[in-house]
Parts: sequence; C-alpha cells; structure tokens
Amino acid sequence: MNSRTKITVAVSGLNNTDNPGPGIPVIRGLLESVSFEPRIIGLSYEQLEPGIYMPDHTDAVYTMPYPSVGMKAVIDRLTYINSKEKIDVLIPNFDSELLLMIKMQDQLAAMGIKTFLPTLEQFEERHKTNLPEYGKKYNVKVPASFPVSSAADIPAVMKELSYPVMIKGKFYDAYIARTQEEAIGYFYKISAKWGLPVVLQEFVSGTEVNVIALGDGHGTTVAAVPIRKQYITDKGKAWGGIAIGGTDMLELTHRIISATKWRGGMELELIRTENDDLYLIEINPRIPAWVYLAVGAGQNIPEALVKLAMEMPVEPYTEFSVGTMFVRYSYDLIANFKDFEDISTRGELIK
Amino acid sequence: MKIKPNLKVNESGFLFDPTTGESYSLNDMGSIYFRMISEGRSPDEIRTLVINEYDVEASTFDKSFLDFESRLRNLRLIENE
Repeated sequence: MNSRTKITVAVSGLNNTDNPGPGIPVIRGLLESVSFEPRIIGLSYEQLEPGIYMPDHTDAVYTMPYPSVGMKAVIDRLTYINSKEKIDVLIPNFDSELLLMIKMQDQLAAMGIKTFLPTLEQFEERHKTNLPEYGKKYNVKVPASFPVSSAADIPAVMKELSYPVMIKGKFYDAYIARTQEEAIGYFYKISAKWGLPVVLQEFVSGTEVNVIALGDGHGTTVAAVPIRKQYITDKGKAWGGIAIGGTDMLELTHRIISATKWRGGMELELIRTENDDLYLIEINPRIPAWVYLAVGAGQNIPEALVKLAMEMPVEPYTEFSVGTMFVRYSYDLIANFKDFEDISTRGELIK
Repeated sequence: MKIKPNLKVNESGFLFDPTTGESYSLNDMGSIYFRMISEGRSPDEIRTLVINEYDVEASTFDKSFLDFESRLRNLRLIENE
C-alpha cells in the first residue's frame, strides 16, 4: 500500500503574474508528490498575489512583513503562523527573502521549521559582482564583470570592456547598452530600483540556455534539467520553454555542484556561443519560476527538496524527457471578495 | 555530408533538434532531401534520384539542393567533416 506522509509546507512567491514567482509551480510539484500528502501554507506579501485566490493550491495563506522590515518582525510573524499551522518545511522563493532566511535557519530549526537553503558562503560567492572570481575558482568560463557604484566610474570601467555591454542590477534587471549615454541611463534606472552596485558585464553573443538543478549539500546533483527558453517577455521572463539534451550543460552543472557542494535549488543561466562554448552568466540561488517544466519532464524538484530538508533518503534523478515543453497563459480568475477581505484585514485566509 | 545525430523528423516534416530545442518545418522537397541525406546518400546520388523520380530539371535541382544544404549548414544541422 502506498501511503503518503502528511506534511505541512510553507511556500512564498504566490505572485503568479506576468513576472511570476516560483510559489505556485513549487506547490504544483508538491501536490503531485508520490511521497507526501502536503498541507500547503501560502506566505504572501501583497493582497493581490494570484496564488492567494487560486483554488486547490493552498490550504491557508498568511501575509508576511517585507524582509526589509527586519529579522525580528519576520521571526515574530513566522512564530505566530507556526503556532497555528506547525510548519514542517519552509520554501522561500523570493531572492529578497533568501539572505534573511539563510541567516534565520537556526532560529527556524529551533521552531521545528526545516529549510534547505545554500550556505551563506555559497550564497555570497555566486553574486554577479563576484562572478570573475567564481569563474577562476571553479574553472568555469564567465564574462568579465565589474561592479560599479557611481555612474562616474563607467568610462574607466569601459576601458576594460567594449560596447555593447550588459548593465545588470544586483538582484534583477539587465539591459544591453550600446553607448556610454545608454550605459549611464541604465545605471540610474537600475540603481534606483535595486540599489548599488550595478554590474557592467561583457556582452557574450550566443543563445541563452538554462539549467534547473538541486544539490544535496555534499556535492551530489539530485536533479538537473537543461532547457531553452523559447519565448521571453518584455520583462525578460520565459513564456515558453523546452527541455533539451544539453549533455555539456549537465556536465557543467554536475561539476559546479560537486565543486561547490551546493545546497538547495538553483538556476544556471548560460550562453552558448557560436563555437559551442558555455559561459556562465548568472547563478540564481533558488528554484526558478519555470520549475514545473522539470516536474513535467520527470524530475519533481520541489518534492526532492522537501525530502532533503526532512533528511529523508533521495535517489538522484538521472533521466528526463527531452522535448517536454511549457507555455504560460493568463487567465482571469473570479476571486472571492470574502477572501480579499480576510487577507486585507486579518492578514490570514483559512480555506 | 552528415546530418547531426539525434535530430528527429516526423512524417509531416517537423524537424526537432533536441540539443538546442530549435524546431523547423521542412517542405515536401526539403523532407525528401533530408531523408536521402540521412540515409547516407551522396549529393550526386541524390541528384540522380531526384531528377529521375520527380521530373525536375537539373538546374532547378542544383539551385534548390545547394540552397537546402547551405541552410542546414547555417543552422548547424550538419556535422563538420
């Protein structure tokens, strides 16, 4: 008899908008788990995150204070939510939450809440600003990158680079600048939104390809699926994608996870050049929003991550179905006004 | 000329490259050329077969096959020899 273990998992990133967070696809993976019968607790930051209102995805939703408010407010809120829900595993899905959650791991563990996040060192060393050192340390091809804290430094940095150049925010956003004027314009646009430093990065010409992966923290790649995004929105988000063979991409992923002993989910952003060289342009230290493609291709990464968090044995995935595709769609959901009322006034919605 | 391994093509000429995730549509003549190249036939063999079987003029074939081959090469669907 196949009995699934009852488990309570808290998940953030319910913003299933045109710039989607990974929450809903993570939840879909968990709901399809063969090992777990999950109770899903949604954690929301905005009253109109679609995941709050989507039927059959969450059992309860609680609002959270922004991480920028500070650790105490977040701990207090999670203590309250835990007193009501007794959370087994927490999966934070926003970049802006990660640093705080990594620092809070021990306190969360003391509350009985397990996580499976990268170490602080792993999180810090893969920053865009540290990419050249990362490339050297792990013998990975990376574009030349320079952190810039003032627009006045751009001309000096551009003596080392040439136009076009990528201008990138430390968390999000990337633009191609073809002139110094454009570079300065994007510098101000990005720094106003995401703060400093802004990264000037060598433009590597080629096709962007990506890998979603899960490391067990001891050097083993538990799951890895290479894809190519087939359609990218004006917000730079994948609207369609396809699982590809990418043997060299998988080799690179295994090498990085083995060398860094990566712990948790990750997304590798790579450029394949005309000569078939792979350049690592970014490591996102969390599960990406297109994780459900991996689930559809045969690797249930959210389920495997929860098993790792629960210290359960996990057999690494070795196969996936090449050619599995996803296409996003938008859908007008008629929401229950009472749900809106509850989440807005009480900050919680019990379904 | 050798077609890149792993390429998948169906009966209606839908060609999928699982290494890159790119897909293409072959027209009727492209499907015939692709099948013959995949079978390991040389350009001369294909020329003779197509001209005889499909009542195509040699000059028309030459232009069409050259164009097809160069497209395969540009799209990197042919392995370097």
